[in-house]
Amino acid sequence: MSDAYSPGLMVTEMTKVRKTRRLPLKGDVLVKAGEYVTPHTVVAKTNIPGRPHVVNVANQLNLEPEDLPEAMVKKIGDEIKEKDILAKFSSFFGLFKGECKSHVSGILEHVSDITGQVTIREPAIPVAVTGYVQGKVIETIDEEGVVIETPAALVQGIFGVGPESFGQLKMAVKKPTDVLTDTMITEEDKDRILVGGALVSSRAMKKAEKIGVIGIITGGVLDNELNDYLGYEIGVAITGHEDISLTVVMTEGFGKIPMAEKTFNLLKNLEGKMASVNGATQIRAGVLRPEVIVPREYEEREEDEEVLGLSIGTRVRVIRTPFFGKLGTVTGLPIQLTKIDTEAKVRVLELQLDQGGKVTVPRANVEIIEG
Amino acid sequence: MVKTPEEIKSILAVDCGSTTTKAILIELDGRNYRLKVRGEAPTTVEKPFEDVTKGVRNAVREVEELAGKTIMDEVGIITPAQGDKGVDLFLATSSAGGGLQMMVAGVVKKMSAESAQRAALGAGAIVMDTIAVDDGRLLYQKIERIRQLRPDMVLVAGGIDGGTKSHVVEIAEILSAADPKPRLGSGYNLPIIYCGNKEARKEVGGLLEGKVDLRYVDNIRPVLEKEVLGPAREEIHNLFMEHVMAQAPGYKTLKSWTDAPIMPTPGAVGKIIQTVAEENDINVIGVDIGGATTDVFSMFENTFNRTVSANLGMSYSVCNVLVETGIDNIMRWIPFDMDPNEIKNRIRNKMIRPTTIPHTLEDLIVEQAIAREALSLAFAHHKTLAVGLRGVQRQRNISDAFDQSSGEDTIIDMMDLDMIIGSGGALSHAPRRLQSGIMMIDAFQPEGITRLAVDSIFMMPQLGVLSSVHPKAATEVFEKDCLIHLGTCITPTGNIKKGAAALKVKYLKDGKEHEETIYGGEIRVIPCEDSMEMDIIPASGLDIGNGKGKHTKKEVSGGVCGIFLDCRGRPLSISTDPKERAKQLLTWFSQTNMYPIVSVGLEEGRGK
Repeated sequence: MSDAYSPGLMVTEMTKVRKTRRLPLKGDVLVKAGEYVTPHTVVAKTNIPGRPHVVNVANQLNLEPEDLPEAMVKKIGDEIKEKDILAKFSSFFGLFKGECKSHVSGILEHVSDITGQVTIREPAIPVAVTGYVQGKVIETIDEEGVVIETPAALVQGIFGVGPESFGQLKMAVKKPTDVLTDTMITEEDKDRILVGGALVSSRAMKKAEKIGVIGIITGGVLDNELNDYLGYEIGVAITGHEDISLTVVMTEGFGKIPMAEKTFNLLKNLEGKMASVNGATQIRAGVLRPEVIVPREYEEREEDEEVLGLSIGTRVRVIRTPFFGKLGTVTGLPIQLTKIDTEAKVRVLELQLDQGGKVTVPRANVEIIEG
Repeated sequence: MVKTPEEIKSILAVDCGSTTTKAILIELDGRNYRLKVRGEAPTTVEKPFEDVTKGVRNAVREVEELAGKTIMDEVGIITPAQGDKGVDLFLATSSAGGGLQMMVAGVVKKMSAESAQRAALGAGAIVMDTIAVDDGRLLYQKIERIRQLRPDMVLVAGGIDGGTKSHVVEIAEILSAADPKPRLGSGYNLPIIYCGNKEARKEVGGLLEGKVDLRYVDNIRPVLEKEVLGPAREEIHNLFMEHVMAQAPGYKTLKSWTDAPIMPTPGAVGKIIQTVAEENDINVIGVDIGGATTDVFSMFENTFNRTVSANLGMSYSVCNVLVETGIDNIMRWIPFDMDPNEIKNRIRNKMIRPTTIPHTLEDLIVEQAIAREALSLAFAHHKTLAVGLRGVQRQRNISDAFDQSSGEDTIIDMMDLDMIIGSGGALSHAPRRLQSGIMMIDAFQPEGITRLAVDSIFMMPQLGVLSSVHPKAATEVFEKDCLIHLGTCITPTGNIKKGAAALKVKYLKDGKEHEETIYGGEIRVIPCEDSMEMDIIPASGLDIGNGKGKHTKKEVSGGVCGIFLDCRGRPLSISTDPKERAKQLLTWFSQTNMYPIVSVGLEEGRGK
């Protein structure tokens, strides 16, 4: 049967996590297949061409563009230092003189006798890609990067902000329904990843960032609180490049929504362990979700089975009003289209809610709890 | 081996959208091609699947279940059909993975850069930014922007043939300095299409060849008063197939399955809209409201224009609609008392779970409020760019050429508009067709007499690509199964006074003469499936197309909704007072039977 539900979020004590670590441009791969790496190991590096500066030298010297090459003191490929003379010009037996100095250091890349402009490129910027997770290099991609594999506990969030980071997990609240406030965060939480409950306030996020907390994992965030923290409203669901040092991973959605018990308990069991965390989210066709990865030894636990699809008994979470956030077990998968409150005729499923009561919801409005 | 058009009995066409992949099965039913079944599944071009064919297989599997036949095997789609298995023709369109994302550059912002923009939009691209020598940004800002955006390709225009070279060479210098990299894959050079002054090719080549994959096509503006978009558009299509599709995950496989090149979705929808306008010799506006973008098409006085409003969609870019229009503009379509922050949270939850559908009526009303704003923003964007292009080649006089794109000179004249066609999930899947009609009326605000139609189940992209391969099948399915005529909207313009008689209509129905008077502030719908002759008499000072106060007698087309008599005024005025607004909206809902009123809380007094 074809599936109409949203891809589920993986919350599991043990799975095989594979991370592809790729350079933005071709470069050098520094590790070999079979090597073990840490989150901080540089696995590949390259140089991104430096920032170019285009200067209209002909204009500054009041020259015709075609006369520029003759006036140039520096030649293409020359190294330029700030305040070096790029071009000089004199006429009428030296009566009128002019010179143009560089305001940056770099390499002279181009001189144009058509526009009268020269391009100076700043030194190349080295870029390094680190392991991000602790694990084994199982594949190298020629000149581009590596694939790292590790047995790990994995929590996929639904939305996040902030960069890749690494730190020690700490429970900051007692129950999944608790709200994480600024008063609950102290100087001792520096370099840690804090686990909250149903909500985190903008004041708490600001304080956490100030103290040097690595990340916050929370059930929900209010839209206006996230805007307040970031200083702007997110338009398109592509995140991870915000100018912040704190990584925030939401596990449930926008609003005050208690973290799922399974997620909360898993994180509680992992308290004290080192975790890799990434807020990057890209919600388009295939979905890139934020994540918390805690590398483990295979012996610690058997790998969870892969969830294959919806069937009677599948555990799901409702992801749209009126039952938003509620968990339950599928009890029926009627084939025929069913009329819902909006009068639309859609494929539905019957659900026994954990808190009691049987409801019918569109299949598109549930996600499988994976892992 | 591909069969001849006469031999083709079954066709499968898929559209890989940003959020969902849709598949339709068309079969020859006697002598006519008809839609048989439709399937849908989440698109899988990005992580964690990174293979578009997975979503295609899921959507086709639904088609197989519903049609009770086998269409694919482990290798792919079975073509041509072998007995009961497979189909004779398989086609695909795509906007998955963000579609075709381009940057355009030109010398003068309102001339060559705008022509380049039109060429790119016309080819179905999302224009990420337009760089021009006179765009007001400093050189380093332009360079930074190019480096930051990572488009799929760049189109460079500028200068007339034989004219000055220096400005277009300056653009090439900016690009050379920026050293742009492609969005997908790092193993190939970024394609740059040069369609500027032919005399400057040598200098441009000297700067860019080797760094990028440089292609030359005829000048888009060979002389000042002429615009030639065809060669640039064709090259964009070629490169889209060659580079973007080749790099996108799974497309190589999909491409090997299809019997014709994969077409960008907006290109395919535009083709259908253009055909409707040409065949009926009418002015048409078409809109496709998708998950990531809203595409608007217009054919006015034989001039076709298309705009792709990136990041104005109903799923992953739904929050951008919120950011661009503001919560107040969304609230103005909601008749009940709801905390704006709660609505914002709901919109954000839709963004992060884009394939969900409204379950409650309240949620549907919120979603349709956002759809109105997305449509309205995209239409405003379209009007600023639809500025007098006449077909692929446009002759202009010198004075026209200097002021192409000021908002005032748009060629979109709502009084001359004959038809609006809507497509996309929010319009095609509205539970009541009437909701689609009113959403389009509210967003586009047609004037005079305008027919309304909607794509029945959101299949215009597939029919667009089909029309390039099998026009007969595309036309038959479009007319019989795709285009649902909703009816006609009659709207007087002028100073409409609330409560005063604005419009009188007289018509013959069921052998009886009817006369109705519609008052300022009202909207009414007369059920009428076919067409009827109508005497339309606007109040003095009001106009329905013939001049102020002048009456019109004409055959008015009906449809599944009927004839909308909209006397709410233009521009549409909605009260800013929440209580007054709720009353106003609920009255309109009630007058048109747009929603089951009891459920939205009229009786409970919510919003009063």
